[in-house]
Amino acid sequence: MYDFRSIYQAKDVADAIAALQRDPEAVLIAGGTDVLIKIREGKLAGCSLVSIHELRELSGVTMEEDGTLSIGALTTFRDVTYDPLVQKHLPVLGEAVDQAGGPQLRAAGTIGGNVCNGITSADSASTLVALDADLLVRGPAGERIVPISQWYKGMGKTALTHEEILLAVRIPKSHYQGWTGHYIKYAMRSAMDIATLGVSCLVKLSADKRRAEEVRLAFGVAGPVPMRAPHAEAVCAGLPVEAAAARIGQAALEDVNPRDSWRASKAFRLQLVKELSGRAFREAGRKGGARI
Amino acid sequence: MEVGRKLTRVDAVDKVTGRAYYTDDMGERPMLVAKVLHSTIANGFVKKIDVSAAAALDGVVKVVTCFDVPQIPYPTPGHPWSVEASHQDVCDRLMLTRRVRYYGDDIAAVVAEDEIIAQRALKRIRVEYEELPPLLTPEAAMTPGVTPIHQECPDNVLKHTVTNLPPKDCPEFSTVEEVLASPKFHRFEGHYDTQQVQHCHIENPISYAYMEHGRITVVSSTQIPHIVRRVVGQALGIPWGQVRVIKPYIGGGFGNKQEVLYEPLNAYLTTQVGGRAVKLELTREETFQNTRSRHPEHFDVEAAVDDDMRLMARSCRAVSNQGSYASHGHAIVANSVNGFRQIYADVLGHKSEAYTVYTNLPAPGAMRAYGIPQGAWAAECLMEDIAHAMGWDPYTFRLKNLMPEGYVDPTNGITCHSSGLKACMEKGAAFIGWDELRRAYQNQTGPIRRGVGMSVFVYKTGVWPISLETASARIVLNQDGTVQLSVGATEIGQGGDTVFCQMAAEAIGIPTEDVHIVSFQDTDITPFDTGAYASRQTYVTGMAIKKVGLQFRQKLLDYAAEVLDRPAEGLTIQNRAVCDASTGEVLRTLEEISQEAFYSFRRSVHITAEDTNQCKDNTFAFGCCFAQVEVDIPVGKVKILHLVNVHDSGKLINPALAEAQVHGGMSMGIGQALSEEMKFDSRGRLLNGNLLDYKMPTAMDHPELHALFVETDDPTGPFGNKALGEPPAIPVAPAIRAAILNATGVALNRLPMSPQYLVEQFTAAGLIGEGGKDHV
Repeated sequence: MYDFRSIYQAKDVADAIAALQRDPEAVLIAGGTDVLIKIREGKLAGCSLVSIHELRELSGVTMEEDGTLSIGALTTFRDVTYDPLVQKHLPVLGEAVDQAGGPQLRAAGTIGGNVCNGITSADSASTLVALDADLLVRGPAGERIVPISQWYKGMGKTALTHEEILLAVRIPKSHYQGWTGHYIKYAMRSAMDIATLGVSCLVKLSADKRRAEEVRLAFGVAGPVPMRAPHAEAVCAGLPVEAAAARIGQAALEDVNPRDSWRASKAFRLQLVKELSGRAFREAGRKGGARI
Repeated sequence: MEVGRKLTRVDAVDKVTGRAYYTDDMGERPMLVAKVLHSTIANGFVKKIDVSAAAALDGVVKVVTCFDVPQIPYPTPGHPWSVEASHQDVCDRLMLTRRVRYYGDDIAAVVAEDEIIAQRALKRIRVEYEELPPLLTPEAAMTPGVTPIHQECPDNVLKHTVTNLPPKDCPEFSTVEEVLASPKFHRFEGHYDTQQVQHCHIENPISYAYMEHGRITVVSSTQIPHIVRRVVGQALGIPWGQVRVIKPYIGGGFGNKQEVLYEPLNAYLTTQVGGRAVKLELTREETFQNTRSRHPEHFDVEAAVDDDMRLMARSCRAVSNQGSYASHGHAIVANSVNGFRQIYADVLGHKSEAYTVYTNLPAPGAMRAYGIPQGAWAAECLMEDIAHAMGWDPYTFRLKNLMPEGYVDPTNGITCHSSGLKACMEKGAAFIGWDELRRAYQNQTGPIRRGVGMSVFVYKTGVWPISLETASARIVLNQDGTVQLSVGATEIGQGGDTVFCQMAAEAIGIPTEDVHIVSFQDTDITPFDTGAYASRQTYVTGMAIKKVGLQFRQKLLDYAAEVLDRPAEGLTIQNRAVCDASTGEVLRTLEEISQEAFYSFRRSVHITAEDTNQCKDNTFAFGCCFAQVEVDIPVGKVKILHLVNVHDSGKLINPALAEAQVHGGMSMGIGQALSEEMKFDSRGRLLNGNLLDYKMPTAMDHPELHALFVETDDPTGPFGNKALGEPPAIPVAPAIRAAILNATGVALNRLPMSPQYLVEQFTAAGLIGEGGKDHV
């Protein structure tokens, strides 16, 4: 039994926004894989829910005329992974969300929910940050686009206001074309776990595949919010791939600020940052054709 | 032969199709729901509880607090009761307590119309505490001057025992200490720790209770229905016959349900609401916080070995963290040091010392193999470290020192009637390719390295003579020649019902398919047995089933002899018929004989047999584990490439179920080895009491599990069989540890061997360097 006061099934996005406007305490629920847990834990016990679960228009992946990939907020992890557009243009994102939880969770949890929770360990987060995705939201005043670099505001906090709904995660063509990427989820288990560290690395190779022209490196759980590693990216840009692979881990240590917690020590997480950055870079390079 | 058949479990179809009834599937609907209020301090006193706001909530039927319940301390462990006061379990529990002894202790309870109302009511209860500093380690609890956790135990040491077996008839040495100090031998010492882990059975503890004819019925997910009856009676201060306990199918127990957890409170609550049915179901979080676990133990051990690889003497000092209540108490760590001692024969002497210390942690209790995994961890770490230091082959070193056949334990007389341990080791070594791998893994470099390791164990079968062993069985005839078998021993997922049927069928001479098990125990009806624990049932209950089966067979033959008017001696039962024993000629089908017995005008009788068997013997089961691992040094990850357990559990009653049992135990061993650990903050609050943060391995974390057997024919087992239920969990962790040592040269001395711990140890050993360039 779940302790919530009421649930309102929104008919469309405007209806959902209106429902949120009516109740400043209402909680938006989509896949439910996080909200129901919080209700059960008592954190949201007795809350009122506004459900957008049935709003089919918010799910699915499309390519816009300019090549922007638009992933509906209600697209489940599983549907992201198995979407042909994602598999063709953004395999790294499909691989990343395929590591969330287990099969049941991936069939219910949505990429929008994953982003709106604002959790540093979210499996989509570091890759979306590396991709520099845009988040399309709609509120009573209309739509706006929030770059993911301005999305995360602190542990569990995002730029989304109470009356706003995330419609889609958008990745402009220039953010993925010519790039290859690799995500490493480091966790205590091979499934059904949250990341101790998430590392996503994208690389754009030179035509001869010997140099890393540009690198994007992002982490989950290396700080309170998912974060890019600008210092490491700058150090590696333009380097021969072997040199970049050798230097990226050490360089990333200057970008991150993991904390000591009972789940993992700071020293351990730093060792993971150092080691896994290089591994993720190498794999991303290999996918792009580098011999490394 | 019915014994030895690879039969499908008798409950398989019902369980996989959802037809099998578990506690929550039964009882009236809607049923009242009880929820327990847990303390938010680890040590101290409840000064005052205000329940008025909770009681006023619509749908709340009753609120009781620690100031209301009977003040009769009772024992909780699932041990047979003793009629001698000195052997009785420690009575240190109340249903709800004013003296808070761990974070989460039970201080009040709400009965409401549904779960949500009960939860909301709990939030409305106001509690005032007087708080004492939490004592979380044995060292803290043993500090002079601290407030005792239990008044009866002023120094917080529940028990301290010493077993000293000094050299006998030895002119040179008179004490174990002298042997250990002698320059003639190589002296080693080790300090090894185990962690607190939990059983993680699928079904959380659950019961419901109601009253009928002035008596209380408790339906519970338990391993020990007859013991639950006794303890409920003790806790409520009512005659035991006033209590009836029913045990349906249960979703696992592994020792956690070898304890009377919430049944007394549940029984009390129904008496407070006019006998209406009240359900008390724990959440997973409560199961972690408020039920039992495996004892964390610390070992300081020493050994002296000669140049010929012989153990001359060993000593072992073990300190067990008992947490807040005695539960199974000192029995666990006593088992640990005994297991440490028994597995190897010390040439000159042995000394062990064991402490059980109260602290303010959730109390550990019985868990699969009952202290032996801890003792085996210490014993096998020490053996491996000696072999590593001496440059000896750990296999040969072990082989030279194993418990010999015919060994009689000097402290309790338990005798090694049969041992296939050497054969187990040979089989395991051949399977894993021990010699080749040990050669191949010398002198490795680089970040990814492989290793192979092994460990061995010994495990007794049941609890005699430390405790009572008694079992009863009843067999009744049906009109078609089939029978019902009823035992007090319990099916807890291990396959007990199936092997009980096989053993009864074997004794009677009928196919197992003709034996219908009465799976549910009902203490009003079911013959007495103390239940599922100590890997005892196939051995101890098996003896009772064989005895009663043979009596039943004789009664059937005697009645057939009457019908056929010829002596029973010349008759036998085969192919569902009474036959001429010498020619095999079918004289009457069992169905014909049975119908005659039921409906005969001449002499109608319902043929049944029932008896008790008190087992006054015990025997050792053995086994070993071989592990091949790959260690990713820079990130501290261990991948198990191959894992094989080889067991000597005597004759296998059902080889398919035996294999499944070993797989489950190995899985538990993997979790204990690499990832599972209950973690607490400085206030004693459990941090990871859920299945996300408590890292029980998933299917994805398992290699293929291999189970092999060496079938000795034990002369004391009813069918040549010995213990199997618990042992598979024992040897896995030390084997993996040995394999990591082989791969990296790093000896890990505490569990779990989790990635962070490995990275710390590899860094300390210089395997992880500065700059990150060495290991890409």
